[in-house]
Amino acid sequence: MHEFLAQLANGVELGAIYALIALGYTLVYGILELINFAHGDVYTFGSFTALVVLVALRAAHFLHGAGLILGIVAALAVAILACALLNAGIERLAYRRLRKAPRLAPLITAIGVSFMLENLIELWQGAAPVPFPNVIPNPELEIGALQVGVQQIVVVALAIATMVALHYFVKRSRLGKAMRAVAQDRDAASLVGIDVDRTIAITFLIAGALAGVAGFVGGVSFGSAWFLNGFGAGLRAFTAAVLGGIGNIAGAMLGGFLIGLLESFSTWFIGGQWSNVAVFSVLILVLVFRPSGLLGESLPEKV
Amino acid sequence: MSALLDVRGLEVRYGGIVALRGIDFQVEEGEIVALLGANGAGKTTTLRAISGLLPIRAGELFFAGTNLRKHGADAIARLGIAHVPEGRRVFTRMTVRENLELGGYAVSSRRELDSRIEDALSIFPRLRERIVQRAGTLSGGEQQMLAIGRGLVARPRLLVLDEPSLGLAPLIAAQIFEVLRDIHRRGTTIVLVEQNAHAALALADRGYVLRNGEIARNDTAANLARDPAVIAAYLGGS
Ligand SMILES: Nc1ncnc2c1ncn2[C@@H]1O[C@H](COP(=O)(O)OP(=O)(O)OP(=O)(O)O)[C@@H](O)[C@H]1O
Ligand SMILES: [Mg+2]
Repeated sequence: MHEFLAQLANGVELGAIYALIALGYTLVYGILELINFAHGDVYTFGSFTALVVLVALRAAHFLHGAGLILGIVAALAVAILACALLNAGIERLAYRRLRKAPRLAPLITAIGVSFMLENLIELWQGAAPVPFPNVIPNPELEIGALQVGVQQIVVVALAIATMVALHYFVKRSRLGKAMRAVAQDRDAASLVGIDVDRTIAITFLIAGALAGVAGFVGGVSFGSAWFLNGFGAGLRAFTAAVLGGIGNIAGAMLGGFLIGLLESFSTWFIGGQWSNVAVFSVLILVLVFRPSGLLGESLPEKV
Repeated sequence: MSALLDVRGLEVRYGGIVALRGIDFQVEEGEIVALLGANGAGKTTTLRAISGLLPIRAGELFFAGTNLRKHGADAIARLGIAHVPEGRRVFTRMTVRENLELGGYAVSSRRELDSRIEDALSIFPRLRERIVQRAGTLSGGEQQMLAIGRGLVARPRLLVLDEPSLGLAPLIAAQIFEVLRDIHRRGTTIVLVEQNAHAALALADRGYVLRNGEIARNDTAANLARDPAVIAAYLGGS
């Protein structure tokens, strides 16, 4: 029972990170029908920018109380900003000019951008994993039979707060409505006065910001950052987005948590070396039997 | 005085195919102008070029003295042209209210937006009953009402409609034409593309007939409705 609950908590924590990354895939896919393969590497970039800020502030050793919280907020804010700008920059430089090109062109470009980012991050931070400053104290709390770390609670709470904010932004705000309009029908959106280019740029900004939050909580949770982290995490998050129904925001969240739980429990039952098999089997099964995903529309309502 | 909409030498191509071969037409403030023509004549192309959805090969477009070639589709919409497109193109996954709100995307005052939506709902009471429903669940006629309502929320100076009666039952189509007459009476200039030439010419002041990307006729609606060639081509039978 104890072990089960521990794996459950683990899975939820992993799932929160995958869900944040999956949202980035799904937002961009929703608006451009592009799988932004570089998204996982934007997440890696987020981990490293947060790491660099925390190291510069010597947050793990010298900051306490309010100072530590300010340091964490600063690292999170820098990661969010840096990833948002990076992602919007990628859109502006690499994808925008390919908007009318055949579908394969932006896809291959995205893979190229991914390799480029991985290599640039390796040049910047080296090929070995870098320890992530241990800024969130991690005493274990006992809630009934459930043992959870304070870190896990912070990670999950931060991720869920971000997702709730995103949900209301997309549902209620004027910009959120513009994003949905552009995603559904670009011409009709421009006919009501929506600047399509600007709306797509803002979508990339938001997707990048989510990757920044994910990069920070991922660094905290895994305790290290590595230039190739985004590859594996990106593929899992992409699987999560497909599982939930790519283009569907609630689906990406649901898929993220399901994939996190699947990884955690498959590691427990059949061993860590098999968790990849479990996760990517899900991807294949979904693509074969329910390509629209759990929450996706059974027919794409494209005009 | 110059026309509200002034189109000169408009040429549009799709790749190598010439769809519009340098057409001229004018719309005066307060008019209803019908644009007729067979399938493939270039009616939709003309409207999409005016709205900035298609790149223009040659020619000039002026709206209230502003050169439209300098603006993108979103800016043209904000200048005061609302285009109700062929096939309605409502946002199917959004509610009726959200669709109407998007029609007033450029309106920053919430109160102003609400009062405009209220106006659109009083013109199409049917939409009020469906206000929280997703647009994709509406019938074809209701979607057409929503598409027009969405255009009206923008309070355009020029309302451009591409086959608003297509696929609608005669009774609903007649209702739509009645609404257009009403909108016009309240001071909106209208350009109307229609297959239903009878109804269009009954409503319009003047009409242009497009053929193979050129203007073949240009006359008052009354004269066009009497013209044997027009009757044979577009009014025959019915
Ligand atoms: N996207 C496109 N690519 C290539 N050719 C096109 C495209 N859209 C329209 N055309 C061609 O341009 C010409 C004019 O088309 P348009 O849609 O403007 O006609 P229309 O008068 O609106 O016809 P309908 O009454 O059938 O709606 C046609 O010959 C059509 O085949
Ligand atoms: Mg047409």
